[in-house]
Amino acid sequence: MRVLTVEGVRIDDTFAEAFGMRATALIITADSARWALQAAQTMTGFATSVIGCGCEAGIDCELAPKQTPDGRPGVRVLLFAVSTAELQKQLQGRVGQCVLPSLGSACFAGIDGEESLRLGNGLRYFGDGWQISKRFGAKHFWRIPVMDGEFVCEAKTGLTKKAVGGGNLIILGRTSKSTRAAAEAAAAAIAKVPDVIAPFPGGIVRSGSKVGSKYKRAPASTNDAFCPTLRGAVKTSLDADTGSVLEIVIDGLTSDAVAAAMRAGIAAIVKLGPKRGATRITAGNYGGKLGPHHYHLKDLVP
Amino acid sequence: MKPLTFTLRQRPEQRLDLSPLVPHLLAGKTAKQIEHIELQTTRVRADVGEIFRVRMGDAEHIRIEGATDRFDRVGEGMTTGEIVVEGDVGVRVGRLMRAGRLTVRGNAGPWAASGMKGGVIEIFGSANDRLGGPLAGEMAGMRGGIVVVRGHAGERAGDRMRRGTIIIEGEAGAYAGSRMIAGTLIVGRKAGPLPGFLMTRGTIVLGSGCSAISPTFMDCGQHELLGNRLLAGFIEPFSKKAASLLQRPLQRLAGDMAVLGKGEIFIGNRN
Repeated sequence: MRVLTVEGVRIDDTFAEAFGMRATALIITADSARWALQAAQTMTGFATSVIGCGCEAGIDCELAPKQTPDGRPGVRVLLFAVSTAELQKQLQGRVGQCVLPSLGSACFAGIDGEESLRLGNGLRYFGDGWQISKRFGAKHFWRIPVMDGEFVCEAKTGLTKKAVGGGNLIILGRTSKSTRAAAEAAAAAIAKVPDVIAPFPGGIVRSGSKVGSKYKRAPASTNDAFCPTLRGAVKTSLDADTGSVLEIVIDGLTSDAVAAAMRAGIAAIVKLGPKRGATRITAGNYGGKLGPHHYHLKDLVP
Repeated sequence: MKPLTFTLRQRPEQRLDLSPLVPHLLAGKTAKQIEHIELQTTRVRADVGEIFRVRMGDAEHIRIEGATDRFDRVGEGMTTGEIVVEGDVGVRVGRLMRAGRLTVRGNAGPWAASGMKGGVIEIFGSANDRLGGPLAGEMAGMRGGIVVVRGHAGERAGDRMRRGTIIIEGEAGAYAGSRMIAGTLIVGRKAGPLPGFLMTRGTIVLGSGCSAISPTFMDCGQHELLGNRLLAGFIEPFSKKAASLLQRPLQRLAGDMAVLGKGEIFIGNRN
């Protein structure tokens, strides 16, 4: 494999392979930024991978009072799933169990899609007949009486079919400390990119997986080619000096957003340099036949 | 582009039906064709050329100058464009309007905005009885859009309203929001007796209360609700006065318990 070296960091001539997904966005507001964030974090918990969690979800950004529909502090949340039906189910369950109970919360559409998903239109039944429908111009809201006043929820939110899931960067370093520093820098840079999330804890994955397993029941298993402790035992992808590997998985509302996030991540890693951070960046793919979106690292180098 | 202007020659001898003078019906017509449109409501013929001096212009923007309360059905069934009326109008201004903008720089007669479905009506003076209300035999009144009355409104404003927003910056007469099905009615100042009479659903906001409230409305306490804040944001471009009314705690009354009882009246205290 041809290798490109930028500022001492080796960048493999390979690509990240990503898949089309269905996605939606919400704006969650509350009386204070702390409670808006709390509702958003609760709602996007246990949403790291569609395989085990039904959806991938995360916080896109925090919003100032001026940027929200009701003039209160808010948070924009993104949700990704493999089908419209699953996305609808996850949206309903997560807003109903995590946002509705969160004190002082309200929930609004965060995206105008060509199609829509039910938001308040499903949750209104919690009102047991006391829910109130209000249409203000083109906007439709439900007011649902709750114990601290009313839960205001927009009737629908948008759905996009152009979303992309599975953009990724694999970060290799000499020590766990330096690899972590590089991954943290990349995750922080990606968090600033609009319309994307990195759904894993803190945006970083340490348990990258490969498809299949020696065990029949497991659809995926540890990515042994990148496990430093197995370097001598398996057909490894690691260099002699690699002591630790971390991955960042990226989901975006558009393919361009995913590319922008990967570009920002690579730039942050390169800026940190090989001494304090990573020595090498690569990406995960399945040979290019499974996913329609390919992000070549050489095109994303700063 | 210049507006298509109709200037009254002299006060008409009879009430006139101005419903043909809306943008979608005048589009593409020549001056001659427009002047031959009949407006009479009696057996005596009265066409546009006889009543008005017509200055041709863009039919999307219509101006009616020198209007009087004998002009009925102005802007009826309007679907696009803009009509500006200088002066008063008679009955049913903007009835069944679907879209566009209708401005009356004067007073409006009864049944203004009756059964309106969309668009914006602004009345600088006052509106007479049954603002937005249905005609006899109709099941619902206003069904969408926004009506702003800068002055006062007569009795039964918002009668049988189903959707949309009515803002009355001044006072409202008796039975404001009677038989409301849904929608929003805001009265900036005081309302007459028995607002929300037999309302099933919907929201009425009274800036400074009313002369008498029905005993079938139940006090639910003072609240500052997010829903009202969203409403304020929505109506602010149309009426700053009404928007400021909603930015404070309001007394919520639930009713009318004589019927379904899922409506609400918010009362502000400006005194």
